[in-house]
Amino acid sequence: MQDKLNEIEQAALESLQSITEQAALDAWRISTLGRSSALMMVFAEFGKLSKEERPVIGAAANRVKAALEAALQIKAEALKTVVLAKSLSEEKLDITLPGRTKHIGRLHPSTQQLRRVLAILAEMGFQVYTSREVETDDINFQMLNFPLHHPARDMQDTFFVEAENRGDNPILMRTHTSPGQIHAMREFAATNPQNPPPIRIALPGMCFRYEQITARSEIQFNQVEGLAVGKNITFADLKGTIADFVRRMFGEGARLRFRASYFPFTEPSAEVDVECFVCGGKGCQVCKNSGWLEILGCGMVHPNVLQNGGYDPNVYSGFAWGMGPERQLMLRNKVNDIRYFWGNDVRFLEQF
Amino acid sequence: MTLRGEKGEIMKIPISWLKDFIDLDGLSIEDIARKLTLAGMEVDEILYAGLAMPIYKDGEKHEFKTNGIAWDREKIVVAEIREVKAHPNADRLTLLDLFDGQQDQVVLTGAPNIFDLKGTGKLAKPIKVAYAKEGSVLYDGHADGLQLMTLKRAKIRGVDSYSMVCSEKELGISTESDGIIILDDAAPVGMPLADYIGDAVLDISILPNMARNASVVGIARELSALTGRELQKPTIKFKTSGDSVEDLVSIQITNAELNPRFVAGLIRNVEIKPSAYHIQRRLKHAGQRPINNIVDATNYAMIELGQPLHAFDYDVLKERAGKKKIKISTRVASDGEKLTTLDGAERTLTPMNVLVCDEKGSLSIAGVMGGTESEVTEKTKNVLLEGAAWNFINIRRTAKQHNLPSEASFRFSRGVHPAVAETGVKRGLQYMAEWANGNIAPGLVDEYPLKPKDPTIIVTPQDVKRLLGIELTAKKIAELLTRLEFKCVVDKNTVKAKTPPHRMDIAEGVVGLADVLEEVARSYGYDNIPVTTMADALPPQVGNPIHEWEEHLRDLLVALGVQEVVTYRMTSVEKESRITQYTEYVRIANPIAPEKNVLRRSLTASVLSVLEKNIRLGESLALFEIGPIFEPVKNNLPNEPRKLAITMSGLRDATAWDVKESATLDFFDMKGRIELLLSGLRLTGVTYTSTESTPHLHPGKSAEITVNGQVLGVFGELHPSAKEKYELGASPVLVAEFDLALLRKSAPTYGIIPVPEFPPVYEDIAIIVDESVLATAVESLIKQTGGRSVSSVRLFDVYRDEKIGAGKKSLAYSLTYQAEKTMTDSDAATIRNKIVKRLENEFSAKLRS
Ligand SMILES: [Zn+2]
Repeated sequence: MQDKLNEIEQAALESLQSITEQAALDAWRISTLGRSSALMMVFAEFGKLSKEERPVIGAAANRVKAALEAALQIKAEALKTVVLAKSLSEEKLDITLPGRTKHIGRLHPSTQQLRRVLAILAEMGFQVYTSREVETDDINFQMLNFPLHHPARDMQDTFFVEAENRGDNPILMRTHTSPGQIHAMREFAATNPQNPPPIRIALPGMCFRYEQITARSEIQFNQVEGLAVGKNITFADLKGTIADFVRRMFGEGARLRFRASYFPFTEPSAEVDVECFVCGGKGCQVCKNSGWLEILGCGMVHPNVLQNGGYDPNVYSGFAWGMGPERQLMLRNKVNDIRYFWGNDVRFLEQF
Repeated sequence: MTLRGEKGEIMKIPISWLKDFIDLDGLSIEDIARKLTLAGMEVDEILYAGLAMPIYKDGEKHEFKTNGIAWDREKIVVAEIREVKAHPNADRLTLLDLFDGQQDQVVLTGAPNIFDLKGTGKLAKPIKVAYAKEGSVLYDGHADGLQLMTLKRAKIRGVDSYSMVCSEKELGISTESDGIIILDDAAPVGMPLADYIGDAVLDISILPNMARNASVVGIARELSALTGRELQKPTIKFKTSGDSVEDLVSIQITNAELNPRFVAGLIRNVEIKPSAYHIQRRLKHAGQRPINNIVDATNYAMIELGQPLHAFDYDVLKERAGKKKIKISTRVASDGEKLTTLDGAERTLTPMNVLVCDEKGSLSIAGVMGGTESEVTEKTKNVLLEGAAWNFINIRRTAKQHNLPSEASFRFSRGVHPAVAETGVKRGLQYMAEWANGNIAPGLVDEYPLKPKDPTIIVTPQDVKRLLGIELTAKKIAELLTRLEFKCVVDKNTVKAKTPPHRMDIAEGVVGLADVLEEVARSYGYDNIPVTTMADALPPQVGNPIHEWEEHLRDLLVALGVQEVVTYRMTSVEKESRITQYTEYVRIANPIAPEKNVLRRSLTASVLSVLEKNIRLGESLALFEIGPIFEPVKNNLPNEPRKLAITMSGLRDATAWDVKESATLDFFDMKGRIELLLSGLRLTGVTYTSTESTPHLHPGKSAEITVNGQVLGVFGELHPSAKEKYELGASPVLVAEFDLALLRKSAPTYGIIPVPEFPPVYEDIAIIVDESVLATAVESLIKQTGGRSVSSVRLFDVYRDEKIGAGKKSLAYSLTYQAEKTMTDSDAATIRNKIVKRLENEFSAKLRS
């Protein structure tokens, strides 16, 4: 009997070795370990054995059974590995085929840039203040120290709105966001006319100029202004605030310079140039070979403007600066035609 | 405060001219340009016409836009032509015998302006010319535009040619020329041309408040302040003879506000001829066309000092006065009065225009343009020279009215100080005497009824500290201002600064203080002012909930796959009328084009135009815009309500190489996005009502969106007849428009619903109802009956079939049962039976098994 068990084990292990497929393995399991297998017959015929033989043969048969089961498990694992490897090698994709996409939405590039600017301003304590796009001449010009017929008005060619009996106060499309300075100052001053509170606001919005529409000029464009009014605000503070802003906007290393300039509603006024980030200041087409890019205009709020806003210029001072998000994008992303912005060609919009 | 269109006018200043008034030795042209730029006189471009140009090594920083050429000092020199000979083989060419200071040369030329001298033998007086040797780099005189070339040896019609006499174009002095340059007789033969007339021209933007610097002396004065070098003011000295001008001419000013000063001088026996070459060259560099020595003298003095001058033919005036004393007066024009100006145009005048007149009538439009009758001609012998001061606003309006921009009106419309009138007239007379051999009459007629205030401003170190943030002593403040010719008196801690009599931009009081502080800052140098952090208290922070809410709305729309667009506010009634019926619009009085003559009233029309433009560019488009529309209010400011418009058209899903089919977007795609948008805004109690009152929408496929009885917006499929008016594809076009104020006000603050702790039971039920029963009615009855136990009801199928029966439909719902404990199947069954029962009662619904 012992011999017969050894024989069974030997033969089963031998036939197991040549098996390469799951089906053959299943057949092997049935013929080797199934109910009618030779090994099981040994267990079935157990009763025929003598009392002395039983423990010996029993132990031997159990050992063979365990050995074959272990061999089966090893073989099964090996087969699984082979099968997996085979299927992995057969399932190789051409990963260069395009992926399945979705129709997605994006913000208009101007909105994206406005958000960048306003986010920086918000961190600096300047809160968003918005006002209307159609204005009266007094708010858009006169209160901002552009008297009627003043040559400074030549700087801002204006769209007028048809209206009668308006005298010296016609209705127009605002030429800048600065009317918001007057609206805001008056609103803040009204809360405490004797001692108006300090102001720090950001004025974003669409502005309009009478221009021909060309690659370089548009009839409408966004502007963002920063305005700070308080009791101890100086030109040196203006420089510091703008230096902070420019570093956040254009990078740590951005070099800038202040050039004296003129805006009717600020004095002293300055224009700020940042070293050309396209060529690093060496001179290129974008900076017209000057190495500098004009990025914003600024100045101390003019005494007349403070007065018109309800802030006594003998006590209060302030500064304002303004910039164009579309111009920033034109520089940043080499947009060579300003007409792209309101043209809304999806092939342009998709690039932001 | 933008950077667009804010440049002042460009003033062209030759460096050589500046050097008449300030020593610039040791400063490069770039140094000069940089100093001016930082002080507010921005140099846009430097044109080199002879002087050495900076050569940038690779990687070196440029500073200015530059143009032009430098003249090689070895190769381009002053030479003299001694004889003009015929060319043996070409009629139109000549051969020049020329001496270049070292040796004789034979030079071939086709220049027309010496052609007449051909064959006249040795010239009695040699002609001085600009001579370029082989290898010189010049502009090609025959090419279109400015093209550089190197002068090479060649044979032209059998004659060896290796050098040339140059025209202005070839040397980059002007962009065109019709002959060679003929230099003044005094030109030193052999001298490098660059040393003799080499120059560089600065294009300087003159800001509106810097009219005083629209002159060579003005710029020199600024450079004097910026460098500390002395300004060498023009020395005006001349002899006079004959009768005094006061005996011959009188002046009467009728309105001093409009004409604060009028000065006139007289010069007799002028010889009219072209000006000397060095004068012509400077005028050309400054952008002026040389005419003759008298006209040139007025222009030259104007560019130098900033005072426009006007020359009258004295004999014409004398004739008009019947040989008696000439009585000049200035007055406003009568309405409809006519005057023919120098440009030959007959001008019809209005009482806004100021005229210079004599007893017979008008002579010129003051400060803008002279009349033809009294202008200086080739025959003029005696000249009456006017230098006046005018009201700058009046001149600006007059120049605009008659569309007559000129060098004179540009300066007058920015404000020229009356003090300069006298200096200007004297300078003009001096040049006329020098250049035209005239005899200046003694004296001037000078009416000066309104002197400017030239305010005195009190500045203290405290003011400087408070507004500029720098500590300066009174003495230092005075020093900075004195450089700009303010007359300063320091008294302890105050500076009394009197405005110099050449500028009109300093006001009085607190504004004057700001004006003067700007000058302190400029003189001190903006770069020298420190960079500080605001010490002032941070104001109370005020949020802008409307702005923040709109940004949130934008984010939701983007997340829903909708692309933002921004369109023009200006449009046309025709464009909008494709979907609207408005006739009242906010109209632009001066539109740039007929298709942009009103402000938009429909944001839907705006987004549809963008859809139309892009429709062929993608298989699917979904666009939105957020912004104002403009509702007209007669003769007043319009209302600017803010709107949201959405449009979609095309395929529902993106196709791919293995996904070839997709349904087209329809009503329910738009509705689904709106539902998601409104739930993103946390709107509850939203109802959708079928509407037929929106003409641009399909009557059967449109809905109004209502919350608490308030219509927030409308959406649907574009009406086929509206769609026809656009070039859109075959797919349906969906549009939606919301009023943002109403939408925002409907959005509640909300608390979240806790996520249930116990597992729910899901169940689907399908019922058969009449076609007329609305899905929303069934849904609300289910919700009402289920109460809190039914946490969600979702319609997942609508089915029609013969088996169900005609006029019937099957609605299938997914229900979620939820309780504060574990919901069992039998709990759910109880609720379901209740629901089915009510559906049977209310809608005669039948449960499908
Ligand atoms: Zn650059």
